[in-house]
Amino acid sequence: MKFKSLIITLLASSIFLSVVICIWKIMATLQGLSFTSLNFNLNLSLSFGLTLICVLIGKKFNHLLKILVLSALFTITYTFFSESSPMWFSSGIFLLILFFTNKLKKYDLEYLNQDFISEKIVFEFLSLFAIIFFALVILFPFYIMFVTSFKTQTALLINPVDLSIDFSKNIFDIFKSYFVIFKTYDFGRYILTSSYVSIGTVLITLLFAIPAAYAVARLNFFGKNLLSTSILIIYMFPAIVLVIPLYTVFSQLGLRNSLEGLLIVYTATTLPVAIYMLQGYFKSIPKEIEEAGLIDGQNWFGIIIKIIIPLSLPAIASVSLYVFMIAWNEFLFSLMFLDNPKTFTLSRAINHLTGDAETPRQYLMAGSVVVTLPILLIFIYFEKYLVSGLTAGSVKG
Amino acid sequence: MSTTLSKIEKRTAYTLLLPAVCLVFAIILFPIFANIWISFKEVGLKDIRIPEPRAKKIVNNIQDSNSELKIIYKLRNSSLIQDIREVRFSDKLPKNIEPFNLDKRCQFKSQKVKCFFGNWEPGYRENFEIFVKEVNNNAINSKDVKSNKPDLNGKSNNILLTTEFTLKNFKNVFINNNFVELLMTTFYFTFFGTLGAILLGIFAAQLVNQKFYGRTFMRSILLFPYVGPVVALAYTWTLLLDPNSGTINSLLVNYGVIEKPINLLGQKYLIINILGFELKLRLALTTVIFFEIWRYFPLAFLFILARLQAIPRDLYEAADVDGAGPFRKFFHITLPQITAILSILFMIRFIWNFNKFEDIFLLTGGASGTLTLPISVYQQGFAVSNIGMGSAVSIVIVLLLITFMIIYFKLIGNKANEI
Repeated sequence: MKFKSLIITLLASSIFLSVVICIWKIMATLQGLSFTSLNFNLNLSLSFGLTLICVLIGKKFNHLLKILVLSALFTITYTFFSESSPMWFSSGIFLLILFFTNKLKKYDLEYLNQDFISEKIVFEFLSLFAIIFFALVILFPFYIMFVTSFKTQTALLINPVDLSIDFSKNIFDIFKSYFVIFKTYDFGRYILTSSYVSIGTVLITLLFAIPAAYAVARLNFFGKNLLSTSILIIYMFPAIVLVIPLYTVFSQLGLRNSLEGLLIVYTATTLPVAIYMLQGYFKSIPKEIEEAGLIDGQNWFGIIIKIIIPLSLPAIASVSLYVFMIAWNEFLFSLMFLDNPKTFTLSRAINHLTGDAETPRQYLMAGSVVVTLPILLIFIYFEKYLVSGLTAGSVKG
Repeated sequence: MSTTLSKIEKRTAYTLLLPAVCLVFAIILFPIFANIWISFKEVGLKDIRIPEPRAKKIVNNIQDSNSELKIIYKLRNSSLIQDIREVRFSDKLPKNIEPFNLDKRCQFKSQKVKCFFGNWEPGYRENFEIFVKEVNNNAINSKDVKSNKPDLNGKSNNILLTTEFTLKNFKNVFINNNFVELLMTTFYFTFFGTLGAILLGIFAAQLVNQKFYGRTFMRSILLFPYVGPVVALAYTWTLLLDPNSGTINSLLVNYGVIEKPINLLGQKYLIINILGFELKLRLALTTVIFFEIWRYFPLAFLFILARLQAIPRDLYEAADVDGAGPFRKFFHITLPQITAILSILFMIRFIWNFNKFEDIFLLTGGASGTLTLPISVYQQGFAVSNIGMGSAVSIVIVLLLITFMIIYFKLIGNKANEI
């Protein structure tokens, strides 16, 4: 029992540590260090030894002293056996080992004697793996998008792996791509257009959705059940089947290349989910409050304005943010309806950039940063509201 | 009393609903039905523009006279394929100004020149001239003359409104265009995309449901791929996977994992040799599926996490007492608790992935074996410029969708409300 769990601990932890070191090495490669081998076997055997010592020593020494000495030892051996590398790389390794040996704090021979311990250990290391895996898989593209926008075309062609930012250049040169897309490609206008369209969509959607949601939630009328089930069904119909008829009708009415046309379409496609989300919230507001309002001589309009809206501000915030996100990110309709650069939204403008194969990729990435950053910032700042919107609306996407 | 109240209630309800319902009807329901109409017609992209009679007005002075002017109207038919019938023209002249030597086709009445031009063939052009003079032989202000815009109208066939129908589009969809492969690709993409997203979502939800340092941070970044704009993310991935100088290929070559860069988005098949069997992997499609999984697992994650947090803690405590390890806890407690939500999630995500357009369009544009039904709508309608064909493909999508929805409501429609 003891032996088996010891072996499992050793294997799991050493594989984990080697993978972490390899990831660190790859990230260092992206900062311009020229490594050509991951040295996985070296990592594995060193980590194996490290874990073994760690477990054997257990709690016999002062913990802090133990991990400091072990990490220093490991780093020195590692640097000795692998190719020469700058100081910051080794310090990174040192910190990683420090963190790792700290994690191993509770693992001593006594701990490994418990029931079901091997399964627990595997589970613990799997969780650690998963954290690193998800963080890496998700953040890596965003990281690449960001750093590529600071590179130059020639630097990218000479060494595509080196994505380090050269801070010795002056500030204008570092942010050159951003200056270029705002000056040459007119991204300032596109930001305004996108904001106009997105905020407009939010306002019109709310204007239409709040009364409709109130009617569905509170009033009795013929066809109510039919309406509330059809809201979701309509929501299921994708944009791609609407595109051709809308394109033909909009061309004949001259609504193509106009932002008004885009506003109408965005509003209509987000209305069902907005109504669905709002009516759910309206139903949770106690009826008595409204009845009190009725007795005070309010009509329906007054009730909506004076009672319902102030009470359901959180739901309205979720709907607004969700609709804003959809409108800001929307691509299909802006691709179909806009072909005059004067009316482009940000998404459409970036797509237009790629139409010219000569467009350097750092401009493309700078444009991508410009379109991604606002929505990510809004998401981080208003996460609570947006998440509830996303959960309700996650039937779509 | 109560009947009048309920009447008022009804009327209010309809007024409140009317704007939203009208808009949704016009923009969502009407197009779905219009698709049926268009799909039975032979319409190209170029036929959509309605031909219009147009005129450009130019005012010229006549030598030796400042009381007379020549007005030239450059007339044309805006369409190069269709003719316009019964073209009528009218233009207003300022006070005290009269035309002389007027064209036979025209009349002058109450300061208006009215002409009837008859039929204009496609691409028709004419420079039509009118001479005008001041009645009292005073000097004419040419700006006044120019300020009015001529009014033209005519009748033309709107190809969309005629009653000629054809089955050609559907014949093309089902017979000529490799329909089976198109359908298979769509299903392959949808099925594996959905399955992968849900599996990854389970892992992520299980992870975030534990306690660890930086958990809230983890929860927010897990949603990044879905929150970010699809255009930016798709282009970032195309750059990452680019065979020439993409980061991933360069890294792999740098570390000697592969000898030559792989064109992950441009290569249709990857042939793998396992024990003498040749396995053909649809490479580009697989890459697109992975992107799809990457981008949409956050939705599955959110749904599953909400369910996981609602599982009573004492179930796990009881399992602890019984001495169950973490894996048994997962398979015997967590999984049975989330199967209902997983099946609903699978159905809904299946329907949505089935209709995914942007992701594939931006990554491959439907090339190298990634042509799915939604991409086909775009290709037929706008790349091949055959609107009728595009509509026919849309109809196929709508029919399949309705089938899925019926299955969905039959299987779990009632359960959906409970969750």
